[in-house]
Amino acid sequence: MSKEIVIRAENLVKRFGDRTVLNGMSLEIHKGETFVIMGGSGCGKSTFLRHLIGALKPDSGKVFLLGKDLCLLNEDELDAVKKKIGMSFQSSALFDSMTVGENVSLPLREHAKLDKSVIDIVVKMKLELVGLRGFEDLMPSQLSGGMRKRIGLARAIAMDPEIVFYDEPTAGLDPIVAGVIDKLILDLSKKLAITSVVVTHDMKSVFSIADRIAMLYEGRVLEVGTPDQIRKSHNQMVQQFVSGSPDGPIKFFQQKDDYLEQLMK
Amino acid sequence: MNFIETIGSLIITTGRQTRNLLALFFDTIYWIVAGPFKNKFVKSGSIFSQMVFAGAGSLIIASFVALFTGIVIAMQSAYQLSRFGANIYIAPMVAVGLARELAPVLTALVVAGRVGAAITAELGTMKVTEQIEALETMALNPIRFLVVPRFLALLIMLPCLTILADLIGIFGGFLVGVFMLHLDPYRYVTFSFKFMLWKDVWTGLVKSVVFGITIAMVGCYTGLKTKGGAEGVGKSTTLSVVTSFILIILFDCLLTGLFYFTQK
Repeated sequence: MSKEIVIRAENLVKRFGDRTVLNGMSLEIHKGETFVIMGGSGCGKSTFLRHLIGALKPDSGKVFLLGKDLCLLNEDELDAVKKKIGMSFQSSALFDSMTVGENVSLPLREHAKLDKSVIDIVVKMKLELVGLRGFEDLMPSQLSGGMRKRIGLARAIAMDPEIVFYDEPTAGLDPIVAGVIDKLILDLSKKLAITSVVVTHDMKSVFSIADRIAMLYEGRVLEVGTPDQIRKSHNQMVQQFVSGSPDGPIKFFQQKDDYLEQLMK
Repeated sequence: MNFIETIGSLIITTGRQTRNLLALFFDTIYWIVAGPFKNKFVKSGSIFSQMVFAGAGSLIIASFVALFTGIVIAMQSAYQLSRFGANIYIAPMVAVGLARELAPVLTALVVAGRVGAAITAELGTMKVTEQIEALETMALNPIRFLVVPRFLALLIMLPCLTILADLIGIFGGFLVGVFMLHLDPYRYVTFSFKFMLWKDVWTGLVKSVVFGITIAMVGCYTGLKTKGGAEGVGKSTTLSVVTSFILIILFDCLLTGLFYFTQK
């Protein structure tokens, strides 16, 4: 695993209205690693992810993807960069009006000047990688959630991207299917030598797939490290998140005083 | 102060939405005109399937509305004209009234309710299930992919439906004239077209083109702007139909005035 940096975020700040979602986020991701971004709900994970893929522009700060400053690119240049990345969505985001095969082959049909027979072969290969060969003619509505996730993944890797982003890949899936997805992420990383950026808060996933982990809190990076370093972290908030305990520095319930006051008003 | 604030914010919101709608319109035109040169035009397959949905699918309801509108105009005109023994004038009244006004407007309203709502619901559902975002992540422009085929389909199909509505409406009037009022069928048909000018027909078609553009733009815009899950889709769809209706009537008034005052 080389130390070449494929993604760099420098001091990203993003506000939605009067809510500051990203508050000086800085990260570096190396080529070929599986980088997990975790944090509580509302800490800015999904917003950060969308900055990395060029879907959102920050109010201040820079994002470098594969060496290019995303804010300086025009639409065509941004498209060229997007063709080198793939994204697996939380809701799998398959196109309901197309079959599985058409979904997976869409990026190829639009961006690559390949013969139909060649595209068919590539689709079969990608479906085989996710363990769903033979499903080409089904419609997404005929599939289970786990299968849709895997097809979404097949589509994300259809163009052999250098980086694949995963937004909550195991959300809502049963433990066995979640394990299958985790293994897939690791397999793809090894077989295709791609960099994986995974946003999740499934702790089991995090520790089984990650090369490095970043924990986010209130729009900033709390800590970055290998799984071992995170497990042994001295930071109480990190420990609370890892162990999943409701009590700790990260507050879920408001202070007791507030509650009494508001009840009595 | 509150009342003025409300009016003010309403104007600002309407202004902003109109600007965004126009931006979408110009983007759509850009992809239609410039797309072929960049080798990035829309697949004809998707245009044709949209045309089938918008046009062929609306045939029955549009014909139904046209037929009964023709019948009703004929009966209402007969009510007055029979006093003057001038029943035969029902024929041109139905024909010209339909061609200039009723066929384009009623067909557009029917299509807005059927096709406009469907477009908004489909695009809205795609938006809330992250499918639009998926397209953008794959470097596929959603306007080129989703809006252009629907725009072209409505642009082509609405005038076709309007012509059909003209003819079926005239037939409706024919039924009343011949079978209720016992007018001579041959005379009815020739009298229908005797007072019709080409101007009557093409003004109606220009209106239907404008309405087609309106329905497509409003439908796509409200669909792509949907937020908030299933409830959001429902809200967008309602907004789409209501806005289309209002704009159709508004543009009808503007165009009618325009054609009237350029009559010399």
